Amino acid sequence: MNSQPLLKVSDLSKFYGGRIGCTKVSFDLWPGEVLAIVGESGSGKTTLLNCVSTRLTADVGSVEYRMRDGQFRNLATMAEAERRFLMRTDWGFVHQNPADGLRMTVSAGANVGERLMAIGDRHYGQIRETAGDWLSRVEIGLDRIDDQPRAFSGGMRQRLQIARNLVTAPRLVFMDEPTGGLDVSVQARLLDLIRGLVQDLGLAAIVVTHDLAVARLLSHRMMVMKDGQVIEHGLTDRVLDDPREPYTQLLVSSILQV
Amino acid sequence: MTSAGNLATYNFAYLDEQTKRMIRRAILKAIAIPGYQVPFASREMPMPYGWGTGGVQVTASILGPDDTLKVIDQGADDTTNAVSIRAFFQKVANVKVTTKTGEATVIQTRHRIPEEPLTEGQVLVYQVPIPEPLRFLEPRETETRKMHALEEYGLMHVKLYEDIARNGHIATTYAYPVKVGERYVMDPSPIPKFDNPKMHRSQALQLFGAGREKRIYAIPPHTEVVSLDFEDYPFEIQKFEKPCALCGAENVYLDEVVLDDKGGRMFVCSDTDHCEDRRNAGHVGELGVAQTEAAE
Repeated sequence: MNSQPLLKVSDLSKFYGGRIGCTKVSFDLWPGEVLAIVGESGSGKTTLLNCVSTRLTADVGSVEYRMRDGQFRNLATMAEAERRFLMRTDWGFVHQNPADGLRMTVSAGANVGERLMAIGDRHYGQIRETAGDWLSRVEIGLDRIDDQPRAFSGGMRQRLQIARNLVTAPRLVFMDEPTGGLDVSVQARLLDLIRGLVQDLGLAAIVVTHDLAVARLLSHRMMVMKDGQVIEHGLTDRVLDDPREPYTQLLVSSILQV
Repeated sequence: MTSAGNLATYNFAYLDEQTKRMIRRAILKAIAIPGYQVPFASREMPMPYGWGTGGVQVTASILGPDDTLKVIDQGADDTTNAVSIRAFFQKVANVKVTTKTGEATVIQTRHRIPEEPLTEGQVLVYQVPIPEPLRFLEPRETETRKMHALEEYGLMHVKLYEDIARNGHIATTYAYPVKVGERYVMDPSPIPKFDNPKMHRSQALQLFGAGREKRIYAIPPHTEVVSLDFEDYPFEIQKFEKPCALCGAENVYLDEVVLDDKGGRMFVCSDTDHCEDRRNAGHVGELGVAQTEAAE
C-alpha cells in the first residue's frame, strides 16, 4: 500500500436550506481500502457520497484527490472538463438503481464500451473484445453481449453496471447501495463478485449501505452516520463487534447478527 | 427596402428587417464557430414546422434582390416543398429563380446536395429537422450542450457501435454524424451519407437552419468535414449496382421508382437538374428516350 491517502476529505458540510445534509465530515481513504458508510435512511449517507464524488457541491470543506501523477488536487476548484474526465476514467459510480447508471437502450457491449470510446478508442474489434472480457468477468454470458440491459434481470443489470465502471481500470469506485433491491441469493453472489474484483484490482471504494451485513463483508473500515454527522468511525469488525455509541449499539442489535 | 409588386404589406423576403438582422448575427456567429449550433429566435412562418421553416428564415435573411434562387427537395426541383418555397420567394422577394445548379447563387435544399460541385460565391441552405446529433442518445439539452462544450463525443461512437453490433456494418445511411473543423460533431441534416464527402472542403458556404429547434449552424467554405467511423469499419458511401435508368449516370445518388404492381422498378437520378442536363447533352439510360427523338 502507498504511504499517502488517495482521497482526503476535510470538514465537509452540505446544507439543504436550513436542514443539514451532512456536516463536518472528515476522513482519509487509502489506496485499496474499502470504506463503508452506514446509517438509517435520511442520515446523510448518500448526500455525503454525492458531495465526495462531486455530483453535489459541498457548502463547506474540501475534497482532495491524489491524481495519477501523485499530486493532490482540490476537486471543487478543478476545471469541469478535467473533473468529468476523471469521473469517467479514474473513478466509477455504481448506482442503487442500475437504470440510472446504464444506457438502457443500447446493448450490453456498447454499455461497457462507452467509456473506452469516450477516451478515444476507435477500433470496433478491440472495444468489443474488451467488453466481452469484462462481461465474462462479471459472469454475464458472451451470448448476451448484444442484448439490451432491459432484457436483463436486476442482478445482471447491477453486474453490467459494475463492468461498465471498471473497464477503464479506475482507482476509486463509489457505490450507493449496490445490493439494494436484490434478493438474498443474488445479493450474496454480487457481494462475492465485488469482493473478488476489489481485491484483484486493488480498488479503493466507498460503499454506502444501510445493510450492516454488506458492510461486514466488503469493507475494511466503516463510518456510522446519524443526523448528518459521523458518530462512530473505526475498523469494521471493531465497530460491529464492539459498538461504542448508543446509536451504533442500537443499530447493531436491531439487525440480525451475521 | 421596398416590398415586391402588389404585396405592399410584406417587407422584402417576408421577414422584417430587425428579424433578418437577428438571424444574420446568428449566421455570422455560426460561420465563426464552424459546426456550433447557435440559438436564434425562430419566427412563425406561413408554413408548418417540418416544411423547412428554418431554411426559409435563413434564405430570407441572406437573399438580396440580385440573387438567383434554386430550391430542391430530395434532389428534385419539382416536388411540393420545392415548388411552394420557390413560389413563396418569387412572391415576397421577386427574385430570379432557376432550376440550374450552376446559375443559382442561393440554393435551399432538403435532404440532398446537388451532384454538380458547388463553386465559390454560392450558398447552400439546409432545412434541418433535429440539429442535435446526440439527441437520441442523450435526451437532456443541458447535458448535450455540456458534451459539445467539453468535446465529449464518445457517445456518438456508441451509436455507430450499436449499428455494427446489430447489422454487421454501420447501417446509418442518412444524417450521418460528421466532425467539422476538428472540433464540433454536427448533424448534416438528413442528407444521405452519399453526400457527406461533398461537404468536405466545399467551396460554397453551407448554412443550416432548424426552425422548430431554433438553431442555426454553418460550415464555412474550405472547412474540413470528416465522417465519424471506426478504424476497422471505415466510413463508406452508398454504392449503386446500376447507372441511372434515364441518363445513364454513374456515381450519383439514385432514387428507386416503382413502375407497376408486378415488381417493376427503376433507379433514376435523385438530382433532377443533373439528370436533365445529361439527357440534354445526349446521354441515354436503359429506360430513357434520347432527347432528340422525344423532341420529334
